[in-house]
Amino acid sequence: MNGRERILARIREALRVPAPRPGSHGHGHHDVPAPAPQAGRIPLRPVQQARAWLPPGGDTPEEQLGRFAAASADLKTDFHLLADEAAARAKLSGIASAEGWKQIATHRAALTDAVVPSLGIPSRTTDGGYDPEDLERCDAGITTCDVLVAQTGTLVVNSRTTGGRALSVLPPHHVVLARRDQLVGDLTDAFQRIRELHGEGWPSMISLVTGPSRTGDIERILVLGAHGPKKLTVLMW
Amino acid sequence: MSTAAARFLDAAGSITRNLRHRGLIQTALRKYESARDRRKAAFHDWESARQAAAETKWEAINHLDEHLVSFADKLESRGTKVHWCGNGIEARDLIRDIIRDAGAKCVVKSKAMTAEEIHLNEALEKDGFEVVESDLGEFIVQLRKEPPYHIVFPAMHLTRDEISDLFEKELGSAPTREPEELTMIARRALRRKYVTADVGITGANFAIAETGMVSITENEGNARLTAALPRTMITLLGIEKVLPRMEDLALFLPMLATAGAGQAITGYNTLYSGPRQPGESDGPTEWHVVLLDNRRTELLADPEQRDALHCIRCGACLNVCPIFKNVGGHTYGTTYSGPVGSVITPHLRGLQDWKHLSGSSSLCGACTEACPVRIDLHHHLLQNRRNAASEKPSTLERLTWRLHAFLMNSPSLYHLAKECGRVFEPLRKATEGTVLDPVRSWTTTRTLPPVAPVSFKEWWRERR
Ligand code: SF4
Repeated sequence: MNGRERILARIREALRVPAPRPGSHGHGHHDVPAPAPQAGRIPLRPVQQARAWLPPGGDTPEEQLGRFAAASADLKTDFHLLADEAAARAKLSGIASAEGWKQIATHRAALTDAVVPSLGIPSRTTDGGYDPEDLERCDAGITTCDVLVAQTGTLVVNSRTTGGRALSVLPPHHVVLARRDQLVGDLTDAFQRIRELHGEGWPSMISLVTGPSRTGDIERILVLGAHGPKKLTVLMW
Repeated sequence: MSTAAARFLDAAGSITRNLRHRGLIQTALRKYESARDRRKAAFHDWESARQAAAETKWEAINHLDEHLVSFADKLESRGTKVHWCGNGIEARDLIRDIIRDAGAKCVVKSKAMTAEEIHLNEALEKDGFEVVESDLGEFIVQLRKEPPYHIVFPAMHLTRDEISDLFEKELGSAPTREPEELTMIARRALRRKYVTADVGITGANFAIAETGMVSITENEGNARLTAALPRTMITLLGIEKVLPRMEDLALFLPMLATAGAGQAITGYNTLYSGPRQPGESDGPTEWHVVLLDNRRTELLADPEQRDALHCIRCGACLNVCPIFKNVGGHTYGTTYSGPVGSVITPHLRGLQDWKHLSGSSSLCGACTEACPVRIDLHHHLLQNRRNAASEKPSTLERLTWRLHAFLMNSPSLYHLAKECGRVFEPLRKATEGTVLDPVRSWTTTRTLPPVAPVSFKEWWRERR
């Protein structure tokens, strides 16, 4: 028997005696006798139901924008809602000159192609492979995303269509370009969108990014930029 | 008494008198508590969410075989190598061989309690590999050659001054009192490692059965980098990490973050489903997922305490535990400390050697109430006490109880004992806590109530 079969056999042996259902051990319900253990399954609740208990994400697009903006402020994500592509180009070039970017990295996609070249800053793309040493020296990584989540101020990147695994974490500033219709209410919606986009063949990495890199490991005091980017900017139009 | 118990008593005795330690832990935990309460209040219904989380984990654990098969098959279909290890030795040997085959010298590692459990770092270092912890807290305790103090906050027992001194000594940095500056020192020290390391090792928070994905939760981005740049990636996880569906994360990610750190959601939650795929620009060419049993199946075989495997290692039960707050994380001498550690360690490392942990509880139930997946922690501590006593009854205890029962069953003997108690009360008072006191191990930290000068029965008779 190999390791797999050995462990599976031990698990099957252990599971022959059923365990009590959750919540049946009595605390808080002293008057209710504990039900006998039952074999079988607890039918999984429909995934949409989680929404009923979790923090809200907002019902209308306006509400969702409001929540995303509030969550971003809380997380110290720099979020800008812009009128159009031209405004996004102007905003980005403002940031680039304020921070004195000398070289940047990005990837090929409709949104990045529309905005990044106009900066006139030497840029490299990660498509098809790159040298990590070069990427490490870039002042910013500019990517697109799959979906943004109002409930938590999260955005989702992946390894296939938004520039790979490292582009969004190695450079000190991560800039995300997004369209308004990419914003959804809550995580349940977000996972549905992720499944629609990638369910046929998963990218090897899908990452939910919420705020710039952070740590509280020293006296529980918040510090940004522990290992990943110190700054996260979201430009949406 | 086992050596572990003696060590526990000794360490607990000295650290509870350390007011500086207590102050530090309590300040940190107060910050945690207010953040957690704020996040919990944002939930529509925290209690229903807990119940749903408990049911989801129940389903996962009680059909663990099916879920693991699906998880492993899906991963393998995309080129991941899945390994099944019965114990720590198997896992260590396997991981060492993978690293050796990769021709690696330097290994960069992100936080993994499972690796602590099997003492992976020590083993790899003994074989001549350089292992660098990349999580800031883990990096700090690694420099101090200490185990993590807490499963979520590894360095919460240290002040910025101690960390500054440590960095000055080990890294040659200039002293500073700024947490930000200290973080940047670590950032600079570790940056090179990501780019040059050949192998990255990570832990995992969830294993998604249906899609064959590993989910890793972190705030710093160090796990993201560990999984992006080295050529070979190794992920070590316990077999209990399973969740049935990807969508279950919509519930579990906010609950883990809220209960564990008072965050709405943790900074990075990343799903990995394979090594670098065709058409992708980076990522490891080889990914090894190592599933670890290490006596988890023995806990699984105990239906009464099987739910202890629902644990998502959020640390909430540690943060609310009056024992943990006083004795701190290192006193336990275990990989997993606090209430959950006290429950599972006797199963993982031997009931008789670790039964003292079941006694190191006030049974207040704060842990059970805090647990996001509703594990019945404090009742499990009681069950461990019962199991330890019935497996190896103490003669002295048995005699004491028999004598007690005998006295209580005979009104005249009871009366006599009461009279004796009253007569000897002044003598007892005078000798309390001295060498003449037969129960001084009890009275050094507690006071016995005095024997009442008038019994209730006498008092009642007089009133009527
Ligand atoms: S037992 Fe519950 S509260 Fe404690 S670490 Fe595990 S999940 Fe968190």
